[in-house]
Amino acid sequence: MKDIAHRALNAAQLHGASYADIRVVNLKTQSIVVKNGHVEALAEDSSHGLGVRVLLDGAWGFASSSTLSLEEAVAVGEQATQIARASSLVGAKGAQLGPAEVHIARYETPLDIDPFTVPLEEKMSLLLAADAEMHRVSGIAVTESNMEFVREKKVFASTEGSYIEQHLVESGAGIEATAVDEGEVQTRSFPNSFGRQQAKAGYEFIASRELPSNAQRIAEEAVALLRAPQCPPTVATVILDSTQLALQVHESCGHPTELDRVLGDEASFAGTSFLTPDKLGTFRYGSPKVNIYADATIPGALGTFGFDDEGVPAQRSAIVEDGIFVGYLMSRETAASLGQRSNGTMRADGWNRIPLIRMTNINLEPGDWDLDDLIADTDDGIYMAVNKSWSIDDKRLNFQFGTQLAYEIKNGRLGRMLKNASYTGITPQFWQSCDAICNRHHWEIWGLPNCGKGEPIQSAHVAHGAAPARFRNVRIGVA
Amino acid sequence: MLDQEELRRITQKVLSRSAADQTEVVLLSEETGLTRFANSRIHQNVAERNTQIRVRAVSGKKVGVTSTNDLSDSAIDEVTDRALRVALLQPDNPDFVSLPEPKPPPQAGSFAEATAECTPQLRAEAVSTICRLAAEQHLVASGAFTASTLQIAVANSLGVFAHAPTTVGDLTTVVMSEDSSGYASTTALDVTTIDAEKLAIEAINKALSSGHPKPLEAGKYTVILEDYAVATLLTYLSYLGFGALALQEKRSFMAGHLGKKIAGDNISIWDDGLDSSGLPVPFDFEGMPKERVDLIKNGVARSVVYDSYTANRQGKQSTGHALPAPNTYGPLPGNLFMQTGEHTTSEMLAAVERGLWVTRFHYVNPLHPLKTVLTGMTRDGTFLIQNGEITSGVKNLRFTQNVLEALGRVRMISRDSRLGRSFFGGIRVPSLLIDGFAFTGVTEF
Repeated sequence: MKDIAHRALNAAQLHGASYADIRVVNLKTQSIVVKNGHVEALAEDSSHGLGVRVLLDGAWGFASSSTLSLEEAVAVGEQATQIARASSLVGAKGAQLGPAEVHIARYETPLDIDPFTVPLEEKMSLLLAADAEMHRVSGIAVTESNMEFVREKKVFASTEGSYIEQHLVESGAGIEATAVDEGEVQTRSFPNSFGRQQAKAGYEFIASRELPSNAQRIAEEAVALLRAPQCPPTVATVILDSTQLALQVHESCGHPTELDRVLGDEASFAGTSFLTPDKLGTFRYGSPKVNIYADATIPGALGTFGFDDEGVPAQRSAIVEDGIFVGYLMSRETAASLGQRSNGTMRADGWNRIPLIRMTNINLEPGDWDLDDLIADTDDGIYMAVNKSWSIDDKRLNFQFGTQLAYEIKNGRLGRMLKNASYTGITPQFWQSCDAICNRHHWEIWGLPNCGKGEPIQSAHVAHGAAPARFRNVRIGVA
Repeated sequence: MLDQEELRRITQKVLSRSAADQTEVVLLSEETGLTRFANSRIHQNVAERNTQIRVRAVSGKKVGVTSTNDLSDSAIDEVTDRALRVALLQPDNPDFVSLPEPKPPPQAGSFAEATAECTPQLRAEAVSTICRLAAEQHLVASGAFTASTLQIAVANSLGVFAHAPTTVGDLTTVVMSEDSSGYASTTALDVTTIDAEKLAIEAINKALSSGHPKPLEAGKYTVILEDYAVATLLTYLSYLGFGALALQEKRSFMAGHLGKKIAGDNISIWDDGLDSSGLPVPFDFEGMPKERVDLIKNGVARSVVYDSYTANRQGKQSTGHALPAPNTYGPLPGNLFMQTGEHTTSEMLAAVERGLWVTRFHYVNPLHPLKTVLTGMTRDGTFLIQNGEITSGVKNLRFTQNVLEALGRVRMISRDSRLGRSFFGGIRVPSLLIDGFAFTGVTEF
């Protein structure tokens, strides 16, 4: 890989690039899906290739190829410079990267059990066991259990002198039960939704999820939801569980703090952001209880790595402190535009994509409440758990979320189960209504393996840590 | 990118090596260039070449899938052998019957040389046109121009061999002022038919006329949904319920309603992979010929689309809608069409006493799949209509609406339609005038 990398960078420089970097990536994925009692899908996929990014006269170009050879490396390096010249035809000049980042390093995901050494029979057996537990429950129409394992070996090299090797491993699993009856369909999933709970970890992560022992419970909940009363439209106090709060953080904090989005780079697709630079350091994003930070170093979290795809070290940085908006997710170029230094959030979904600013692990700091005490402290409200649907406007203000499960809270106690619960709000008003957050005992990091952004579309593996929290005067249900 | 001869050679190599009872090989050889612009400058400009081999091995009722993009002989042998090893490790799938038998693949013009040869310079010229016209109006342009070529080859050990080169070009722009924006997009097989100037003018006019948007209360409104917005609703409707697996699992709104009225008399929706006014592709990812399938005809639920797996479960024939294996979601339409009407959009506008003009929807998501309730936001050109005229831009709104119910209240349909992209292919739809469309929230811009 080193020869290919250097040959491509040399070619780029020979053809006029003032800066170039290359990623050579080898990706292997194993996925297993058990559905309704049998193995519906069993696949092993591999992909490799190289992608060269260049700056030429301040304009960007990128080219990529699945052919790993010295000749192709030269061709791709040259092609990237030709593309950069085309970019310079339309106003693309003067991109600055700020101070050089030079690192010679190697990083590997810490793990106990390499998931690719675990026999497929053992993995299928665990999923079939969970599936069988869900099918014990009468009224269940569809059951699905899945695992996914990822191994990414990549090399990053740049004309500034960086050479970084990373070996990243992921393991994930989830189960889902769907009940159907007379025009109603209800789904419950575990440990969370979005397909599965996933981590930068080995197979030990799967065993600790306890899928079979939770399977019957979620199936029973799915059936019970069919007959549960509809969550009524109202304005009330809401307590969100940590999985739903993870997605709330993702959509209403993670995305609007991506600085490339703020600066307009995503305007034609995902949109822009209401967190404009004039708000940095002064805007009240949430109540003083709200503290949100990015941290790509958390062991085992899905958004953890050693170096980002610009060769910047993984790090922790503050986004919201005591409710005040204080920081963005940045790249070298966007950070330089604010006179700052990148906080290492650029990642590419494969050798054939350019790195974009992506969330790492974006977390809500825990508070000091025990969940039982928080519920007991709530006279009247609704407890909502596990995301079902999500939607937010293109500046990240008006949002609407639906959850799989909800319970009334009456006089400090959980009451009736409610179905089709949803809530809506405007981001800063919502976060300013947060008056209590549960403690570290209830805090958990949730992997989100399918965050979409960019053209062509890219999918990032990110994560969010959160403990349940309470919000006041929230509009619940739809008219 | 590989040509037909090389693709055939690889498929034959896989099939002759495989020791499985049945074997399928899918080859996808791609070259794509995408020029992206924002703040009226090209800020991302990318190119990719890649060839992927997917092998599906069948042993009795056991099925395994492997893939690689390493085209060396040793890698091709390895991916072939590994597919069978993967298959043998699992228990039988009782629902699996067989890979499909060969059928003569139809012809469909799916390739345009100009798109395959589209250079970064040509894309930059189109982008330059948009940015220049926007700047003349003191506006800022963003967007993307894609030109993509994909050679698809599918073969199996029962005698299937299907090959088609395909191309597609997309040009999209959002033009913005300080407090407004306008959107325009076009999709075509042949990039030379894409008119950047016309597209720019469409988006610019929207941005100019929606400046200083007024707040509007949520509620039910008569709406004119432009084809962009209609395409989004139909794409989600299709995803939720037009596939056979969703029907068989009873999670489709079509379940229990085939032959029954589920939309207005004036609503007909179908899938046709051979229609040259779409993005034709003659066969699916099992090499089965695309058939025209009437999904909803004159408001009546007619049928869903099948692949071989779902067809075998019901003793039917595949309609040619398989996606790449393994696919646990089931077959889906890839070439959707909605019946056009008789009216110009000017006539439709004149027919609205008070209502909204919606250019497009953003971040749509289903709330209830069986009731076809979707939610999402308006975006990039939302206007108040009063007494048959657009009187101002309005701040964007959130809709929450049962889509089939809305399709039962379509008062007028445009006679023109526009080609766009759905999740898995092309979609061509008209604009619709709908009464009583539910908006349940508003935002601040």
